[in-house]
Amino acid sequence: MPDSEVLHAAHRLEYPYSRSVGPVIGAFLTGLRDGRLLGVTGAGGSVIVPPTEYDPTTGDDTGEMVEVGPGGVVESWAWVAEPQAKHPLATPFAWALIRLDGADTALLHVVDSGGPDRLATGDRVTVRFRPAAERIGAMADIVAFVPEGGAGR
Amino acid sequence: MTDQAPTDERGPVTTLATPIRLDFDFTPGIAQSKFLRGLEQGRFLGQRCPVCTKVYVPSRGSCPTDGVATTDPVELSHSGTVTTYCVVNVPFQGQSIEIPYICAQVLLDGANVSFMGLLQEIPTDQIRMGMRVEAVWVEPDELTPSLASVKYFRPKSEADADYETYKEYL
Repeated sequence: MPDSEVLHAAHRLEYPYSRSVGPVIGAFLTGLRDGRLLGVTGAGGSVIVPPTEYDPTTGDDTGEMVEVGPGGVVESWAWVAEPQAKHPLATPFAWALIRLDGADTALLHVVDSGGPDRLATGDRVTVRFRPAAERIGAMADIVAFVPEGGAGR
Repeated sequence: MTDQAPTDERGPVTTLATPIRLDFDFTPGIAQSKFLRGLEQGRFLGQRCPVCTKVYVPSRGSCPTDGVATTDPVELSHSGTVTTYCVVNVPFQGQSIEIPYICAQVLLDGANVSFMGLLQEIPTDQIRMGMRVEAVWVEPDELTPSLASVKYFRPKSEADADYETYKEYL
């Protein structure tokens, strides 16, 4: 049998889970839907972003939600030269750890800098949200972080 | 820069959709492609083992008993015998057929393995082992290389098969 006669078909296996997010992550996601970045206060007044229900160093309950950003500093990054269908952007981008202004921990998200030669550790970036009508309370409410000032390096 | 949304009447976010998704390029392989191409022509095509002479439909391309390739093509009858069955009364997510319905194992005449088919045109309390049935195909222009080409099986007006003829295939 020639190869051309062997059948192929796209087959998608999908489990449509939804998960309960709890009060702290829920507040963070509600903030994203509102176009705000929220952290939570932990031990010694540190600010944890994204927020957790317990302080990772002491295990104590965390405190109040506080607004952080919208700018921040790239702490480290990895360039994705050939994005795949499941990636958040169709064009090349960086996965980056971003320490938002007012935060003591880093948030993992996308930096759309236009090229790996236009991004460096220590660069300042700022959030780019989706339009309010498209936001649902999810990490993808943030399209990407972009170099502060717009033009890049 | 953030644009402040108006007060949101949806209330706080409490759940997050987290689908798990795997995308496959599925191929049934050479032997089952032949079976599926047969369905596209309104035919049941199987293969015979050259050692034990059993006929598999659909064939996986080898005999599980003898471990040899099954290369001899065999075209099978559109009639067969119900070896066993299940009346489905319970709804479940993704169900495409109205309940109750009958899921039957049908042993096509000439085959040595049964396969699962939908049984219709009979009340669910009249189905029985040994019942003789025949395939009802979709319209010729609706045939595809898929078991969806067989709409269902329906009873034939002939005497039930003797238990001895199918007891090996339960």
